[in-house]
Amino acid sequence: MSDGTYVQLLDLACGGLLLTAVLVLWRRELAVIIGVFAAQGIALATLVGVLAAHEGSAEVGGVAVGILVLRAGILPWLLHRALAKAGPARRETRPVVNVAASLLAAALLTLLSYAVSQPLVALEPSTATRAIPVGVTVVLIGFFVLVTRRRALSQLVGFLLMDNGITTVGFLTTAGIGLIVELGVSLDVLLAVLVLRILASRMRETFGDTDLDELRELHD
Amino acid sequence: MSVAGVVGGVVQPLVVVAGSPFLVGVMRQVRARLEGRAGAGIGQPWRDLRKLFGKEPITPRGTSEVFRLAPMVLVATTLVVAVVVPFVTTDSALDPVADLFAVVALLAAGTVALALAGLDTGTAFGGMGASREMTIIALVEPTLLVAIFALSVRVGSTNLAAIVSSTLHDPSRVISPVSLLAAVALTVVIVAENGRLPVDNPSTHLELTMVHEAMVLEYAGPDLALVELASAMRLSVFLGLLANLFVPWGIATTAAPLAVLGGVIAVAVKVTVLGGLLAAGEVFLAKLRLFRVPELLAGSFLLALLAVAASFFLA
Repeated sequence: MSDGTYVQLLDLACGGLLLTAVLVLWRRELAVIIGVFAAQGIALATLVGVLAAHEGSAEVGGVAVGILVLRAGILPWLLHRALAKAGPARRETRPVVNVAASLLAAALLTLLSYAVSQPLVALEPSTATRAIPVGVTVVLIGFFVLVTRRRALSQLVGFLLMDNGITTVGFLTTAGIGLIVELGVSLDVLLAVLVLRILASRMRETFGDTDLDELRELHD
Repeated sequence: MSVAGVVGGVVQPLVVVAGSPFLVGVMRQVRARLEGRAGAGIGQPWRDLRKLFGKEPITPRGTSEVFRLAPMVLVATTLVVAVVVPFVTTDSALDPVADLFAVVALLAAGTVALALAGLDTGTAFGGMGASREMTIIALVEPTLLVAIFALSVRVGSTNLAAIVSSTLHDPSRVISPVSLLAAVALTVVIVAENGRLPVDNPSTHLELTMVHEAMVLEYAGPDLALVELASAMRLSVFLGLLANLFVPWGIATTAAPLAVLGGVIAVAVKVTVLGGLLAAGEVFLAKLRLFRVPELLAGSFLLALLAVAASFFLA
């Protein structure tokens, strides 16, 4: 792969990551949010794949395939199944911060992430490290989704968004964390989603809803 | 001022004035066909304009010069933009005016004139339409500026002609996250600014939903024709700007007759295709509640800001 196409593909994948993170904040329908999350998984896998091709590393290429299967396939499928069981509550109706304000907050978070990752980029400036702010932005936006949304499912997507961002930063800084570490992280995420899915369905059975703000008191 | 600039400055307004009613006609025809109607044909907007221009000028009692001058201001500002922005040739007849900020300010001045005219009539609808239009334009202008600013960062100049010719020299810039994000933001802004679905419905006179139509409700005869012509021209100017900022191919770089002809055909084809896509998209959209519009525009502002940020950190 020539240098020019490498830079372009890497930048495009980063643009895809940013765009999908913003779309998660923007849209209200949970089904659409899950679809966007799957698209982000594809963008992340592309990013890792481009890095693998640039370095000619088969191991990182394997990790890219693994990421594609897990984050664009299995996790969205699990979330869709959880949504199908969730009954009528298909929309994030009342986020704690309204959508327009949270979009502006995302703009501030982007600038913040650019400011704080400058020292990291300055350590070793290259095409890959210059994209670090994108990964940090995705982490911050994921955290923002996690704290401002009320439905269990969209909070779960926020958590996964954070994880996507962390993976992005990891690959951009070290260019390949190693198969074992990535495998461990992926397994962790998968387990967390499975556990949270079961938790969400139990919550719905007990309280009839997954709006976490309604859970103010303890029951036996 | 070069020869190509002067030729462009003469040809561009003619093309925009003559072509924009046809663009509206094409868009209505696309909608009609997709909705299973026969449609009135693409020449209908011109026939309407001819009919309106032949009528006696008449203004409501109690209105002032603001009301009478607004259509002229609207057409004049749009004409200046049509002269200076690089549509057919990369050189501009008045290079200092082909600046991002000047062009956006000119377009905003026309909108403000129309909103003042809506207030001047003193009717409930006029005031309502003007207040809604001001709400939308207050959110649209910063997005428009920031989105085009994202493209001007890598050129190092806010001159639109410079942006277009630099994209022409370095085509690989088109496929970058900066262009991608800015293009999405600009599309949303153009839809909002021109009063198309899902922000405003251009084909109804339903008082609950209308924005643009509410302001021009009191116009009749030649004044109405001017307002209609100006709104068609604004639509083609915006679509032409979108087309040439991101896909500038076919634009004339010299004043040779063949190159200019090619430029005219290229811009006509690009704008028609964009208009057709917009009309086809509108068939599948419902109008957004007015209170949800700021959400849409905040989203596009964020995308524009991300485009600027990306042009710095991915450079």
